[in-house]
This record gives sequence, structure tokens and C-alpha cells, in this order.
Amino acid sequence: MQKIGVFVCHCGTNIAATVDVKAVAEALGREPSVAVSTDYPYMCSESGQNLIKDAIREHALDGVVICSCSPRMHENTFRKAAAQAGLNPYMVEIANIREQCSWIHKDKEEATEKAIILGRAAIAKVLLNAPLTAGESPVTKRALVIGGGIAGIQTALDIAEAGFPVDIVEKEPTIGGKMAQLDKTFPTLDCAACILTPKMVDCAQNENIRILSFSEVEAVSGFVGNFTVKIRRKARYVDETKCTGCGLCTEKCPVKKVPNEFNLGMDQRRAVYIPFAQAVPKVARIDPDWCNMLKNGKCGLCSKICTVGAIDYKQQDTILEEQYGAIVAATGYEPIKVDRYDEYAYTQSKDVITSLEFERLTNAAGPTSGTLLRPSDGRHPHTIVFIQCVGSRCTPEKGKTYCSKICCMYTAKHAMLTREKYPDTDVYVFYIDVRTPGKNFDEFYRRAAEEYGVHYIKGAVGKVAPRADGTLDVQGSDLLMNEQLHIRADLVVLAAAIEPSKTARPLATMLTASMDTNDFFTEAHPKLRPVESPTAGIFLSGACQGPKDIPETVSQASACAAKVIGLLAKDKLTGNPCVAHSDEWMCNGCSNCASVCPYGAITYEDRDFRMPDRTTKTRRVAIVNPAVCQGCGACTVACPSGAMDLYGFSNSQIMAEVDAICK
Amino acid sequence: MKIAYYPGCTLKNRARELDRTARESAALLGIELEEIPVWQCCGGAYTSAKDEIATKLSSVRALAAGRQIGDGRVATVCSACYNVLKQTNHEFAVNPDFDFKVNNYLKGDPEYHGEGEVVHLLELLRDEVGFEELARRVTKPLKGKRIAAYYGCLLLRPSSALAFDDPENPKIMEDFIRALGAEPVLYPMRNECCGGYLTLSDRETAKRRSTAVKESAREMGADFMITACPLCLYNLTKNTDDPIPVRYFTEVLADALGLGGE
Amino acid sequence: MNHDFKDRIVRMSGAAVEKCMRCGKCSATCPNYGEMEYHPHQFVYMVERGEVERLMASPSIYACLTCFACVERCPRGVEPAKVIEAVRLEVIRQKGQNYLKPDDIPATLDDDLPQQALVTALRKFAK
Repeated sequence: MQKIGVFVCHCGTNIAATVDVKAVAEALGREPSVAVSTDYPYMCSESGQNLIKDAIREHALDGVVICSCSPRMHENTFRKAAAQAGLNPYMVEIANIREQCSWIHKDKEEATEKAIILGRAAIAKVLLNAPLTAGESPVTKRALVIGGGIAGIQTALDIAEAGFPVDIVEKEPTIGGKMAQLDKTFPTLDCAACILTPKMVDCAQNENIRILSFSEVEAVSGFVGNFTVKIRRKARYVDETKCTGCGLCTEKCPVKKVPNEFNLGMDQRRAVYIPFAQAVPKVARIDPDWCNMLKNGKCGLCSKICTVGAIDYKQQDTILEEQYGAIVAATGYEPIKVDRYDEYAYTQSKDVITSLEFERLTNAAGPTSGTLLRPSDGRHPHTIVFIQCVGSRCTPEKGKTYCSKICCMYTAKHAMLTREKYPDTDVYVFYIDVRTPGKNFDEFYRRAAEEYGVHYIKGAVGKVAPRADGTLDVQGSDLLMNEQLHIRADLVVLAAAIEPSKTARPLATMLTASMDTNDFFTEAHPKLRPVESPTAGIFLSGACQGPKDIPETVSQASACAAKVIGLLAKDKLTGNPCVAHSDEWMCNGCSNCASVCPYGAITYEDRDFRMPDRTTKTRRVAIVNPAVCQGCGACTVACPSGAMDLYGFSNSQIMAEVDAICK
Repeated sequence: MKIAYYPGCTLKNRARELDRTARESAALLGIELEEIPVWQCCGGAYTSAKDEIATKLSSVRALAAGRQIGDGRVATVCSACYNVLKQTNHEFAVNPDFDFKVNNYLKGDPEYHGEGEVVHLLELLRDEVGFEELARRVTKPLKGKRIAAYYGCLLLRPSSALAFDDPENPKIMEDFIRALGAEPVLYPMRNECCGGYLTLSDRETAKRRSTAVKESAREMGADFMITACPLCLYNLTKNTDDPIPVRYFTEVLADALGLGGE
Repeated sequence: MNHDFKDRIVRMSGAAVEKCMRCGKCSATCPNYGEMEYHPHQFVYMVERGEVERLMASPSIYACLTCFACVERCPRGVEPAKVIEAVRLEVIRQKGQNYLKPDDIPATLDDDLPQQALVTALRKFAK
């Protein structure tokens, strides 16, 4: 005969005000198998826990039911307490009489009755509990960071600093990401390249960091602590181990008219190129879509010029397979295409540009060497209009619903820098709101308006009309003056919304990490667990989780690294023992379970069985990997033969609870 | 192919040329526009108020009648009729209350639940004939002519209901112009209002609007303009002093196809 | 603040006035801005506040071209043109409140005026 202890918590007045806790303890004390039943104001407190521990020892209890708040709050607390008293921690059940009872009812009689019923159900369940032991799995002490922008770089540096090896996989030929394309960064106006490149070089020189550039993740399998990742190292047709980055090939290449992606198509590069001067690794790449040699076998100039014989026209993609304990998603963002907002005439005039294009124009390494010139005729713009919120803050049918967070600040930056460098140029910003929440942010924007004379106009722009003389007629609202303005501009800059990289969704599928409808990676908890994915072992760094600026990105990147280090520092991981298992005698290998498992925890094995008629039959049966299984129970529902069951939440236990409730 | 044709009141009267040249050009290209036997004026404007039901009934009847002809779609040539009919049809898709009230009133005579589709002649030229084929059939290409297409508002907006073309940067009329051998002229005001019905109550406004549209076309070097809306044509010719000619797109089409005038 | 009018206007128009983020793009894009006492963004805001009577008394309701530029370009899907039409209907549906009367028409006619103009104007301005 089992002996169960029941402990009813008052939770101060949270429960006791609506539930007669003494009556509950008394009623449950009369249930069969209950050896002791008591109440206490705060069961989770040290004295409350001691009460439980003492009772376990005194009455030699086989199981414990705690009527209290949600298990999400204190299940672990009570499990630990039971373990300390010598009881298997999985012989503890919680009846939630707070969130599911006292907090939602007003009538004390009703609530008390319900609390008693919930208690009975918990008792029925715990009577069927079996002691469980959590399994262990090893941890590969190596991290993978997918994405080599500032987020990935910072995370990798922090993980390396803690002594763990880390690989950075970057799809472009160089690391650096968007920050490498920026000119100056708010709110300090540091030159982006100046603060980024030392970190990039650190990554290259750090003995714990390996940079896998021009590579992409192709497949991921495994589970937390034990991931196996296939990485495709794409062919650059240049031997990375030999190339010195001298750039001679890029000077001699006869194909000169390739649109330069780094400058967003505003100028050209060669077919063999190094993306930018501070590229890491500083290795050339041949673009097979443009190279004469690779397309029609004619040329070969770069190979002849190269003094170290680094050119290899026959280079192939290679696949690298590696083991990792933790994976970090740091895939960053892209500005949206603004073609659909053509009331702004982006597709109709070269002088309507996006903010990132403006950034390249003002950058000394950009298409105009840092002089601000109109893309159409190369003349200097005397009136510039900035239009905010293009594609952000819309209803879902019209664009992105969210605020892209960085545009108010970077536009203030653009406006201020323009006014500083070209005091004869008028600058207007049409805004809806000005959002400057960070440290020193509002002061930064006020400097633009007050010290640099940027005209901030509250109101949106309705239309940008390109005129025959090459200027742009900007028609906008001035809501404070209640006027419709027409401003003749030479250059119009659109603050385009930002969205996650297009590679993010396929990657999320490979990682089985969740994403929201905007393709941002979802965090495990928006406030309390912002750098981890709900999928164990996957961590999030940077704008792939949500729009953010550089200060926030770096903070989050380091936070992410801390979580990774916490994982890699362990030699073993303790699993959750409430996992599914399949009764191999009942399993017919139908595959229903594997197809519903969201975590990929189920595989199949051919096993030999000795049949009743003494023959040996080979049958395909399901095997659950307890380290990956999260105990969601989907497979137990999908299993048509009832072979699949869940430890700690077995079918019989659930039926017992239902029976207790319906009695 | 045969398709139900809804001419609209103005095409039977002040804009006869638009109707005639539309029918003749379409016929030459293999599209038989069969006029719906009994129809009433669409009203010229789609009343957006949710409780305006009676004003939409003539459109519903036209759409229902169209189901009996050709492939069940209704073709229009006039921008206003296109706008009213298509928005009415769209209302069935998004507003079950409208569907209920309309059919309740009409009591099955006819019964209609939005099964039909409304197309503009320009869409038929693009999708049924094809602009490449059209170019092949042109005998008198308008070589050297710089033509500005005027869409106005009715063909393009609201784009959620009409889905005629990109509302900010449409290309169907420019592709049409190229098919006729001419050079299309892009200008920012091609999708902005000419003043519309305000010509009756506030002629000054209509003058201002139309003048702005024409100035924009002139600035970009247009020789003449084409449009699909009789009211736009009226505003652009009578409410401005700018002499740039404005013609119906079907007149220009008929010319290019070698169909003489009446 | 008169909520009866507001409720009627919102119901009639089906417009989502609470979605407005006060950006002013509708007024920025309105081709007849100069002729209006109250502009599209004000129509939306004033209806949300229940200040409908002032709108009904304003000639602005007859200055809307129904060109739907504001509807097309509003990032929040508010549909200001529908709000303006609903306010106008509130006025002209009252007895004797037609803005355009048949007697006014002959003075405006000419040989080229398409009947489309007459029909449309009467539909918009008379009940």
C-alpha cells in the first residue's frame, strides 16, 4: 500500500483568499493511500520545504502531492526538496490550484470544490508514478556560429576567450556583415570599419577561432551537446592557403563591368575581386557568372599574373562535416526592396536611394570616394529629403508591421553628417515619430535638429515626382502647420524597413528552431530568455532575432556567448526523464510517430525478435532518443497501436486523472 | 473568343468613337465583344458606404447577365465602368452581408454571388491577344510618336480590389504603346486624378488638376496622350489650355491596325 | 463628443479609424488638399474623437475627388476616403440637403460633357 503525502499551500492570500485550504487538506486527507495531509502559508519557502522533507522521512512516504501554484514556478524546487529527503524527485506531482483555480474563480465554495478535485487527480496520478532517473549525454566542446557579422564575430570572440574552439560560417567571401558597409556609427560617430576591423582581425588571429568563409550550412542533425553539421565550402577558384591578398589579379582582370554588391550596384568590380580592402580573409574570389575563363575557357590572365599560383579554375565545392555542442544563429538582416512603394519613385529615378545606398555614397571607400554626389549626373545635391518608415509600421497587407528600430537614429546621423560636411545643403526629414531610446540617443538627434539645422517636419510624404530637369518634387504633409508642402529635392533617401536574411528560414528548418511570421528567430522567452531558441542547444545573436542597432547587438552577442559557454563548460548534460518510449512488442514500425515529432527524436531500427512459435522475426521498431525528446507527447497520440507512451505522463496516468475528476 | 461586353452609357452617346473603335479593333484581333442585351448605367462611381446597396444593383445585374455569354466574364472599355463593376464584384468576395442583402432584394432575379470576373479591354489585349501578336498585326505603326498614357485613378485604385496593374508604376498601357510602334512617355502624374466629376461642382479644381496632369506629360516630351475614360478625356481637353491632343486608346489602336475612321 | 454620429460613420464606412498612426500621408498625397478646410487626416482623427458635426458643416466634404490616393497609400489601411464619403452621406441623406440639384445642371452643360460626369456627380452629391 503506497503512502502519499499531501501538502496544500496558501500562497499567502493568493490561494487562501479564494480556496479554503484547510478544508482541502482535510478532504484530501481522507482519500485512500494518503498518509498525511497538511497546509502551510508558503510551501516553497525554506520552512515549507522542510515541512515536506520531514514528512517524507517521518512517514516513509512513497509519493508527494503539492497543491500550489503552477508547476512552471516551483516544480523543480519541490523535486529537489524530495530528492534531498531521499525520495525520487519524479514521485512528486503538483496540483495547480492557483493559476487554474484560485486566480480564475470568485466563488469560494466553487473554488474549494475544484481544488479538492484537482488534488484527487494529482493523487491518482502519483499513485501510478514510477521513479525515473534522468539520463546523461556528453557535450562536444566546440561551438558553431552561423553568420560572420558583428553579432557572430562578438559571440565567437567571447566563446574563444573562454577557451572553447569555435567555427564561424559566413556565406559571403569575407566576414564583417552589414557593419562593414557602414560609414560612421551612432551615437558616437565612430568609423564603422575602424572599430570593426580590429575585431575581424582578432577572429582571424585567435587560435580558437576558425573562419569558414564563403561557406554555408547544408544539413544539421543531432541534439544539444551533440550536433553534426555539414558545411558546404563553396568554390572561390582561388586557393585560400596560397592567396596573399595582394590584389594583382583584381587589377588586371579584363572583365570590369560586374555590378559591385558591396556598393549595392552603384559601381562595378572585376570578375576576380576582393570584396573590400579590409576583407577577412583577404582572399580573392572569381565570380563564375562573369569570368571568361570559367564561362568559355578564354583568358586565364589572373592565373598568369598570380605570383604564388593561387588561382585554381578547377576548384570544386567541398563538404566539411563537423561536431558541435552548441550552434549560434547570427544571420543578420537585409533592407527590404522598396519597389512596391513606388509613390516614392525609387524605380523611376536614380536619385531616389535607400539609406544603405546613402551610407555607401558617404563612405570614403564607396562608389564616389565619400563625396556626396547624385547617382544620376554626379552633381552635388543642394536639397536632400529623408523619408522615414518606408515599409515599416504598416498593416500586414501593406508591409512590415514592426518598427525597424534603427532608422530614426541613422537618419539623424545621415542628416547631421551631411550638414556638417556640406553646410550649403538643406536637409529635411519627414518623420512620423522620432524614436531614440538608447543611451545618448535623444541628445544625438537633438544635436542634428538644434546645432546642425536639420529641418524635422512632422508628417509623411505622399509622392515623389521626378521632374524633367532632374530634380524631384517631394509632396508631403506638415501636420503642425496644417500644410501640404512641395519641396524640390536633388536627392531623396528612403529609410527602408529591415527584414531577416533570406537564408534564415531554411536555416531555421535545418535547426528545427522556431521563427515568427516575420522570419525572425523566436526566443525561448521574450524577457527572461532572449538569447536562446526554445530548441535546446540553439542560441540567437543579433538582428536575426529582431531589429537592433550595434550597441544592442554586441550586448546580445556577448549574452549569447555566455549561454553557450555555460553549456560547453559542462561535461555531461542531464536530460529530462519524462520522455517517450516505445514498447517494441507493440510497435509495428508504421512511422506515424516520427512524422509528428517536432524534434526529430525518433528513428527506426531493425530488431530480431524471438516469436512464440520459436522462429526469429526481424521487425522495424521505433526508437526514441531520450536526449532529444522533449516529452511533448505528440507521438503517444499519433501511435495507432498504443506502443508509444510517455514516462511521467503515461496514458494510464492521464486516464486515472480523468477518472478522479469525473468521479 | 466571345466575351460579354458592358459599354456603359457614355460609350453609347458622347463617347461613341471609343465604343466603335473598341469593337472594331477587338473584332480584328479575334475578340468578339458581345453587348449584354439589357443593362443599366453603372452610376459612374462606386459608393463605398456599406449600407449603399441599391446603387450597386445595376452592376450586379450586368455581372449576372455576363455569366450567360462567352466564358462568363464581363469586359469593359470605360475606366469608370471597370471600376464600378469590379469593385461591386469584389464586394461579394469580402462582404457576406452584401451578398445576402443583394440576393435578398433581387430574390433570385438574377441570383449572383460574385462568380464572375471583370476585365478591361487592355487586359484582354495583353492576355488573350498578347502584345507581341498585337505588334505583328499593326499595319500602320506609330513610329516616332511619343505617347503619354494617362491611367487616372479609376483603373488602378483601390488596387486591393482592382489588381489591374502596379498602382504606382503601371506598365500595361506603356507596353500597349510599344506594341503599336510608338515610344511611351513616363511622367509622374499619369496615375493622379484629373478632377473627375468635380468639373460640375468646382470647375476651377478640375482645371487645376487637369492642367497639372498635362503639364507633367508635356514636361516629359509627350506628343499626345491616350486614355480609357471619357471623363478624363473631357477634363484633359476642355479644362486646360494645353493643346497636346488626348485620344482614346482604342482610336489609336484602330489607326495602327489600319482600320479607317467613320 | 457625439458618439452616435461616430458609430454611424464608422459602421457606414467600414473604415478602421483607430488604426491611424497620425502620419499624415493621406493628406500629403491628396490632390485637392488646397481646397479643403479639413484634410483627410483630420477627417479620420475628428471622427475618432466624435467631432463629426464640424465635418458635416464643412465644404470639405464636397472637395474630395474620390481618387483613392489616400486609401492606396495609407500604410495602416485606414481608408480616409470612405470616412469622408460617409460624412457626406450623413448630410445629403437628410431631406433637402442635396449638394447638387438637377436644376443646377443645365448651366454646367456643354456639347462635349460626357453623361458619365452627370451621373457620377449626382450619385456623389445627391440622394
